[in-house]
Formats: sequence, C-alpha cells, structure tokens
Amino acid sequence: MSCPPVSRRSVLGRLGAVVAAVIAAPIAKAAKATVQKVFVSSGAPKGYDPRQHKWVMAIDANKCIGCGLCAEACKKENHVPEGPYFRTWVERYIITKPKPGSGMARGETLVDCPGGGIHGYPEAPVPKEEIEDSFFVPKLCNLCHHSPCTQVCPVGATFDAPDGAVLIDPKYCIGCGFCIQACPYGCRFFNPLTRTAEKCTLCYHRITSSHHLKPACVEVCPTQARVFGDLLNAGPDEPIRKFYQNNRVMALKPHLGTEPRLFYAGIDKEVR
Amino acid sequence: MTNGVTNIVVELLPHFEGYVYPNEATPQPLWGVLIVLYPYITGLVAGAFIMASLVRVFYVKALEPVYRLSLLTAFAFLLCAPLPLLFHLGHPERCFEIMMTPHLTSPMAIFGFIYAWYLMAVLLLELWFDYRHDLVSWSNVTPGFKGMLYRLFTVGVTDVSAPAVRLDYRTGHILSIVGIPSAFLLHGYVGFIFGSVKANPWWGNVLMPIIFIMSAMVSGIALCVFNYMVLSWIRRKTVDMKCLDVMGMFLFYALVVDAAIEALDWVHRVYSAEEGFRVMQYMAQEKLFYTLNLGQVTLGTLVPLLLLGSLQLIRKRVPDLGRRRMYFASAMLILTGVLAMRWNVVIGGQLFSKSLRGVMSYKLEFAGVEGWFMSGVLLLLPFVILTVLIKLFLSEKLPGTSVAEGQAVGSEQTSFRSGPLVR
Repeated sequence: MSCPPVSRRSVLGRLGAVVAAVIAAPIAKAAKATVQKVFVSSGAPKGYDPRQHKWVMAIDANKCIGCGLCAEACKKENHVPEGPYFRTWVERYIITKPKPGSGMARGETLVDCPGGGIHGYPEAPVPKEEIEDSFFVPKLCNLCHHSPCTQVCPVGATFDAPDGAVLIDPKYCIGCGFCIQACPYGCRFFNPLTRTAEKCTLCYHRITSSHHLKPACVEVCPTQARVFGDLLNAGPDEPIRKFYQNNRVMALKPHLGTEPRLFYAGIDKEVR
Repeated sequence: MTNGVTNIVVELLPHFEGYVYPNEATPQPLWGVLIVLYPYITGLVAGAFIMASLVRVFYVKALEPVYRLSLLTAFAFLLCAPLPLLFHLGHPERCFEIMMTPHLTSPMAIFGFIYAWYLMAVLLLELWFDYRHDLVSWSNVTPGFKGMLYRLFTVGVTDVSAPAVRLDYRTGHILSIVGIPSAFLLHGYVGFIFGSVKANPWWGNVLMPIIFIMSAMVSGIALCVFNYMVLSWIRRKTVDMKCLDVMGMFLFYALVVDAAIEALDWVHRVYSAEEGFRVMQYMAQEKLFYTLNLGQVTLGTLVPLLLLGSLQLIRKRVPDLGRRRMYFASAMLILTGVLAMRWNVVIGGQLFSKSLRGVMSYKLEFAGVEGWFMSGVLLLLPFVILTVLIKLFLSEKLPGTSVAEGQAVGSEQTSFRSGPLVR
C-alpha cells in the first residue's frame, strides 16, 4: 500500500495557511475592536481605563429632604431639555393612616413628582393628621447587572461599560425607542433635540476626568443622601462601604431579575 | 415668575391620572400609530402567504383562483412593511446599522435579516418561479414597454421546455414549504418584540408571538377575501363561490384558534392577577373600552365568528348573494378588529405607567411623521402597489398559459397555470 505522494508545494501551502491563520487571529481581533471603537464610543478621555473601576451609587432615602437640587443640577450639567425629560428625579411618597374600622394596616399610598421635584412639591393632598408616613425617593438609572435596556438595543448603541456605567453612544443610536420601553424604571427618555435615547451616565464626563469629580447630583446633595463610590478602589472607611455596612438595603422591582446595582436604604415596599 | 412658568408647563403636559414616572409624561406616546401599522401590515403579509401556501403545499384546489392574488398581496404589503418602522426612527439614516452591526441579543436586530430572507429568498423567488413560464409567453406577445418589462423579469431564462417548467414547479413547491415557517418567523418575531418586554405587564407575555401569528393568519385570509371580492366586483366577474366558501371555512377555523388563544391569555391574566392586573383591568374597562371590547372582541371576533360559524352549518340554505355579503362583512370586520387589536397592544401598552400607579392620555396628532395622515397614506400604499401588480401580473388581457400545456408537463398541480386566476 502506498501513501499518496506529499509534495513540497502542498506542505508549504499547509504551513502557509497555518501561519496565515495565526497572524490573522490577532488582526481579526484588533479589527473587531477597532470597528467597535469606531461604532461605539463611551466618550471617556484618553488614559482612562474602565477596567480599573466599578462605579456605583447608593441612596439613603432616610436622609433625602426632597430639595430637588440633584435633579436640577443634573439637568444643568447634562443639558437635559426642558419638559418631561429627566436623568434623575425625586419622588414624594405619602402613606395615609387607615380609615378607622377598615381593618387595614395602612391607608392609601400617594405619589407625586411635579417637574421632577426641581421646583418643590405642593401642599400634601391630605390633612397632616391623616398622614402616617411621608418620605422622598431619588430615582436614577438602576445600574442593572442584567440590563434589559442594553439587551434589546438593535445596534448595540447602548452598552454596559466595564466600569459599571450604562451608557448610550448618541452618534450611533438609531432612535427606535426600544430601550426606553424595556427599562422597567422609566429611567430613559427620548431626547427631542438629538432624537436619540438618553439616560443617566453617572456624569461619565465627570467621573472619568483626571480631577476625579463626583456626579453632579452627588456633589450638590446637601444631606449626602446620594452615596457614590468605586467598588474596586474603595477603602473600608469610604462612604460607599459604610453605606453597605450600616444599612439593610433594597433594590427596586427585584422580581424582574434585572438585579439592580443601585441599592436603597430606608424605602418602603410601596416604592417601585 | 418660576411658579408661573411651571404652571404653563404643567398645562401643556398631557393629562394623566395617578402617578406616572416623569419621563412618561410626554405629549405623544413613544411608539405611535406607525408602530400600530407595522405589526398590522407584517401580519397581513404572513397571513396572505399562508393563504397561498394552502394551495401550493396543502393542495387545496378550491383556492386556486386566489393563489396568485394572495402571493401578490403578500408581496405588495411586504414591500411596505418596514416603512412605518423606518419613518418612526429618530435617525432613519442610521437604519442600516441594524443589518451592518446587529446586536444579537435584541429581538429587533434580527428583523432586517428575517425581512431580507422573506423578501428575497422566499417571496420574490417563489413569485419568479411561479410566473417564469407565463413571463416568457407574455413577453412574446406583449408589445412595447410592458413586453420589455416581462422580458426583463424573465432575467433571460426563457427555457419553457417540459423539464424546465417541472423544475420551476418543484422549486416553487419547496419555496412554499420553506415559506410557511418563514412567515411564522416573520410575524412571530414581531410578537416577540412586544412579548419580550418584561418591564411592561401588558406586553411581556409568552403567548404574544402565538397570538400574533394567529391574528396574522386571520387578518391575511380576511384580506385575501376582501381583495378577491373587490377585484371580481371591479372586473364584473362572478365570484367563484366554492373558492369563497373554502376561504370562509379557513377563516373561521383560524379565527376560532385565534379567539381561543386570546381568551386563554385573558383567563390566565385574570386568574393569576399578578402585580399589574389592577391597572390592566382599568385599561380594559376605561381606557381601551371601545377599541378592546367593541372593536377587537365584539365586532372583530364575536360577530365574524357568528357569521362564519353559522355559514359552516347552514351554508347550503343561504343563497349565493347572502353568503357573499356575509363573507365580505366578516372580512371587513376582521380586518378592522385585527387593526384594533394591534392598537390595543401597541398604544394600550403605553397608556399606563410602568410605576403601575397611573394612566396617561394622549392626543395623537394628525399631521407630522407619526400622525394619522401619514398612517393613512402608509396603509393605502400597499393597495396602490397591489393595483400596479395586478395590472401587470393578473391582467385579463394576458393570454393564460393553457391547461393543456400545463398537463403536457405531466403534473396535475400545473393546473395552477390556468391563466388569469380571477374568474
């Protein structure tokens, strides 16, 4: 039995193919990364490495006084258009006392948030003596582990950055609105000026700057109800670590499986 | 001053009851009438194609008179299917990104591919294989521009020998078989776009794709009934009653399954009464009362079920004219009912806050890209295209490839090629 003849040409050809494949693999990888860079951009400055950080925010609702400065600062900082467009807002919850003889543990839950809470709140719609409890809840992107908004984007214009922020590339977004429908927390909106989806970026331009700025809402909060930190670099005494140590925390709409990374302390079951 | 300005803003905002998230208090819904039309038109495509498949795949010979009309209907509507979506985009110029850089976890990303597959690989090819023999004959006898068009459509393949025609037939048959799951995919996927939104209890539902597929079949068959009857009326031809009866029968059975699945959906929602149930109950009783209870359920489902169902039982006792009227009325009602269903799904899902504490009211605009006018135009456009297609490919003036010629091929199914199909 004779083996088929192996020619030099065929051996060289095969060797060439292997070498080409070895060379091509990193080139393909680099090309893919370049294409992604061309198409999607986080807007972070050069030199910022998103893999070295894990940004997160936490809310201590016990401390929130409903001044609305955070919502106002956010609008100014991020040039959010006037009208019903908010990257962050503050809700007011009023839980009334139960009607005598109703057999209920609590009364009604009334929620409002006129103008995002920027201009304050009107008189409570029920007399003071009928109110069981009242509190404020700042809302923003819930920084989900399993973000339904990034999952549904048809082009990948919105994405989970390695540093924990959920971003949108406005130059790439086609403005279909699917992500806005998919966000269970109402945190996204359609910007009528750019005609793209928009959301809280944790003030990405501030947190990635070399000055290590905090998000505008955190910066202006007079009571430190908003706690911001970097989970990869936070020491045990940093506010974000203290927040987790000192509080029992809750996330919004946990049954949806989005696993928010934004935790709340001091909120009620009525908050959603 | 600040207070004054705030008050003005509040007055300009739409009315809503209860609490809605601030970002939801927009003057217009994010997805407007155009997005209502999108699943409606796509559904009509899928349904009309399934109707044609009944002839080609399941050999329902009685439906031969509407075979080509159904295919052309599917084609005309498919050409218009992506338009509402395109016009709705904030940046339509970036639409090709969906196909160039698709994000594969998105139900919407795959639309471009399914659409291209369905248009290019299924419908266009099937039409071409079905018409090739005729195109060759027509190009020989038609003078002028029209003849040139027919010649152009043959793409130079003018072989009409028996084996070539047999190959056409076989390929068309295979394409039809592939077309059925493709049609299901096309519309089931549209259902999945809504069904996969877990943030919205009105949409997030595992039955949604199946509901969409069934309602698509119902609306597509109804559209074929409508088109066939209108075309016969325009051409002063008698409607083939046997064909109409069989269409009515399929329409009835599809409607029974559709109604059963939608009822199952509601039974499940009512019985499980999950978190969003109270707001959904309010929607059904207040916000969507007319379009849901009257439009979708009563006029769009129950009345046609009654009309078509009674015809299944006492068909022989109803005179032709009466039956024709009942079929036509059922088709019109179903077409309106399915449009109402799309409205209830798309607009209904945006009439309540995701906080489940409030509802919104919108006043949809007339002019503008997402207004009523544009929607009307987009709904009429497929009919305009269909008219052109009928003039070109279902013209009475064209000689039909004779049955005898078809039989020479030696296949009984070639009797489809019995010329202009509207008798």
